Amino acid sequence: MPAYRVEIRVMPRAALLDPQGQAVGRALQALGFVDVEDVRVGKHLVVRLEAATQDAAAARARSMCDRLLANSVTEDYQVLVEAA
Amino acid sequence: MHRIAVVVFPGSNCETETLEAAASAGSNVHCVWHRDTELGQVDAVILPGGFSYGDYLRSGAIARFSPVMAAVAAHARAGGPVLGICNGFQILCEAGLLPGALMRNSGLRYLSRPVRVRVEATDTPWTRLYVPGEELVVPIAHGDGRYVVDERTAAELEAEGRIVWRYVAENPNGSTRDIAGVSNAGRNVVGIMPHPERRNTPVLGGTDGARVFLSLEADHATQHAGGVRAVGGHHAEL
Repeated sequence: MPAYRVEIRVMPRAALLDPQGQAVGRALQALGFVDVEDVRVGKHLVVRLEAATQDAAAARARSMCDRLLANSVTEDYQVLVEAA
Repeated sequence: MHRIAVVVFPGSNCETETLEAAASAGSNVHCVWHRDTELGQVDAVILPGGFSYGDYLRSGAIARFSPVMAAVAAHARAGGPVLGICNGFQILCEAGLLPGALMRNSGLRYLSRPVRVRVEATDTPWTRLYVPGEELVVPIAHGDGRYVVDERTAAELEAEGRIVWRYVAENPNGSTRDIAGVSNAGRNVVGIMPHPERRNTPVLGGTDGARVFLSLEADHATQHAGGVRAVGGHHAEL
């Protein structure tokens, strides 16, 4: 089976307070990046896996997100698949 | 006397105090390792505080897949009392035994100090000895203590009286509706961020946490006293 490289982006829900993002935003402002309006901090995971097709790899990755990698109460995720 | 299992995960660090607090309340307590698949004959389960699996990914996210959690979930579904303290609360949320999730404190700092909470629900096995509305001083020790839940569920928790403890005077972590502890719909599963096992004897600065553990035993004592009364017709001196 072909190998795929899956990039998974997990972000705190837009409606929820992200104190980490706020702190980073304030630090950027202090460094003179005054044009910064908003910063949000999330997680970036890279998973290598074998699957029959690209769609199958994406479905597999979404299942991983639903069961472990993201918390559906507080986080949203995005899955990007490419051939490894 | 109730038999209590305290589940120990790699990274748990409050199991000794929790064992001690439950034993002081008269329970028969033992530790169960997270790789065990059975709890044995127990009446109640406590998930103690700590940093299971180093809080990797999210607090409690990996611990919920420990082999022992299937037995904890089965015990909970059968109506058995379960208490999660701090990291234990985070694990119960991740496992879906309680609604919501615990996120980074709004002020980002790890907080370790006494806080004031109000007892909102006394119809759980862990709070029955408190008086509704009573205010307690109990220590917190957490970085991820901000309880988050969607507005519909929050309203539901409120309407059903499932908010067990609420921060008063100040909310240390920015939690939804000042929530410090909640229960499931059946009232048998309770999660709280403050540590009652760190405030159960005068030498620790107060005894406000002791009744969490005494509550479990009180249920049994009441039944027992009722039996004695029925037989003897008078109170035995305790």
